[in-house]
Amino acid sequence: MKSVFDAEIIGTECLTPGIFSTWLSCPGADFAEVKPGQFVGVFPNDPSALLPRPISLCETDAEKKTVRLVYRTAGKGTAELSGALPGQSFRVLGFLGNGYRTDALRGKHAVLFGGGIGIPPMLELAKELRKAGEGRITAVLGYRGAESLFLDEEFGKYCDEVIISTDDGSTGIHGTVIDAAELSELRPDVVCACGPMPMLRGIKAYAARLGVQAFLSLEERMACGVGVCLGCVCRTAHKDAHSNVNNARICTEGPVFDAAEVEI
Amino acid sequence: MMTSDQSRPSLKVSIAGVVLKNPVMTASGTFGSGMEYSEFTDLSRLGAVVTKGVSREPWTGNPTPRVTETASGMLNAIGLQNPGAEVFIRRDLPFLREQDTRVIVNVCGHSEEEYLEAVRFLNDAEGIDLYEINVSCPNVKEGGIAFGQDPEKLCRITDRIRQISAHPIIMKLSPNVTDIAEMARAAEAGGADAVSLINTLTGMQIDVERRRFVLANRTGGLSGPAIKPVAVRMVYQAAQAVSVPVIGMGGIATAADAVEFMLAGASAVAVGMMNFHNPHVTAEIAEGIENYLVRHGIADVNELVGAVTG
Repeated sequence: MKSVFDAEIIGTECLTPGIFSTWLSCPGADFAEVKPGQFVGVFPNDPSALLPRPISLCETDAEKKTVRLVYRTAGKGTAELSGALPGQSFRVLGFLGNGYRTDALRGKHAVLFGGGIGIPPMLELAKELRKAGEGRITAVLGYRGAESLFLDEEFGKYCDEVIISTDDGSTGIHGTVIDAAELSELRPDVVCACGPMPMLRGIKAYAARLGVQAFLSLEERMACGVGVCLGCVCRTAHKDAHSNVNNARICTEGPVFDAAEVEI
Repeated sequence: MMTSDQSRPSLKVSIAGVVLKNPVMTASGTFGSGMEYSEFTDLSRLGAVVTKGVSREPWTGNPTPRVTETASGMLNAIGLQNPGAEVFIRRDLPFLREQDTRVIVNVCGHSEEEYLEAVRFLNDAEGIDLYEINVSCPNVKEGGIAFGQDPEKLCRITDRIRQISAHPIIMKLSPNVTDIAEMARAAEAGGADAVSLINTLTGMQIDVERRRFVLANRTGGLSGPAIKPVAVRMVYQAAQAVSVPVIGMGGIATAADAVEFMLAGASAVAVGMMNFHNPHVTAEIAEGIENYLVRHGIADVNELVGAVTG
């Protein structure tokens, strides 16, 4: 069940310049139905910054009631979060969005694509798929260059294979994540992706070429995070039940969509 | 000696003969049709739920990005996306009817005829207490604000809607005018049962790194605590100008803010953007108003209306 709860900083580390990893203790949150691909809204304590910051779940621990957020500092809200000391608290709205249906991925060869700050939610997905057992997991992670790598080693714990691509070719395969997947001749049964919009468009086309299902995690500026304000919509192939106008709410019907269902 | 129960102040207010259990309502567009926030807040603790704007046909709204944060506020250019009156009546209204709160349906259109069509269609539905007519949305190119910035057009559309409406009508006024008192008088002259204000102030934000407009619509409506002093001033001016009830809104975040609007002349208040900051805020404000009345020994919340002096 969604709620507003207090989250206390356990610790924060800088993974690479501008990218931070923060573990938060959330004793008041309801973890019963938390899924990979879901997100939280973190309220800054700065009283002039009133909207929740949507940040995807990078890891969750339902037993300890902790969550890990890995995020880029993009403005005053994320700057405040990254600079907060252990023991400091934030109000958090969660858990939001639909998340990945891992039962639909089980037992298959799932290729998880992450680009830049779209990489963190794929870690929780890899972890959950590994827990579920059978099936092959490949991660294809795209970065700017060797100096901007983060989380890549952690994917190794849960994936059968981790492929790195970089824009500048300084490490891994020189090119996009799709270039890397094609060069590696991957044969996925299903594809999951989170990253910048040009990458998601490429993944949609890639999956269509291979004739496999793709699940894309979309991002858009949002205000409420719970489906009220209609700020974060995306164009859909079919009329969704809520909007009645081919506009699904990324915060509620998404952020994870079947690529065939969204016009991106 | 009074029992403790009798000493509780009365929070009831009346808008055009419709009694609300307390003066706190939700501002249109910040609460959907109540379903989403009912997970967080007991809607029966609110005086009324004001719905997202409803048009006769479904509206797609504007391209994204549609929202952005500003200092103590936000800009939005949603463009009144809504599923249309049929889906609203079939899906949202039955839910709202069950909530033990008043239901105020916000109505929008691109032309006089579209407003009239929407009202005619909604008239047959069960469970609507009042209409709020949105003649002040800054984010749709035709209709909307065109009526809210011209006193003659405002008077005329108010009169035409009033003639066919099955329920009392609240005209929602735009702050993007030179003389708010003139607009309030025009609505009253057209037969409005109440006026509500303010809608959002037209604003703009530019991403200086990318040198681009942040919103796809370029301009958007500013709301949140940043606009509160402007709203209080306009509510005061409107309340001085008309004798119909004024519903005050614009940046209300606390019970003290709500009391401030009532002292300026508002008979009831609506909470908007702050729902996004705290989904419990409306019920907390209703409770806070009661505490204020107790603290000041005031028996009836209506005593606050227009009570500012000095």
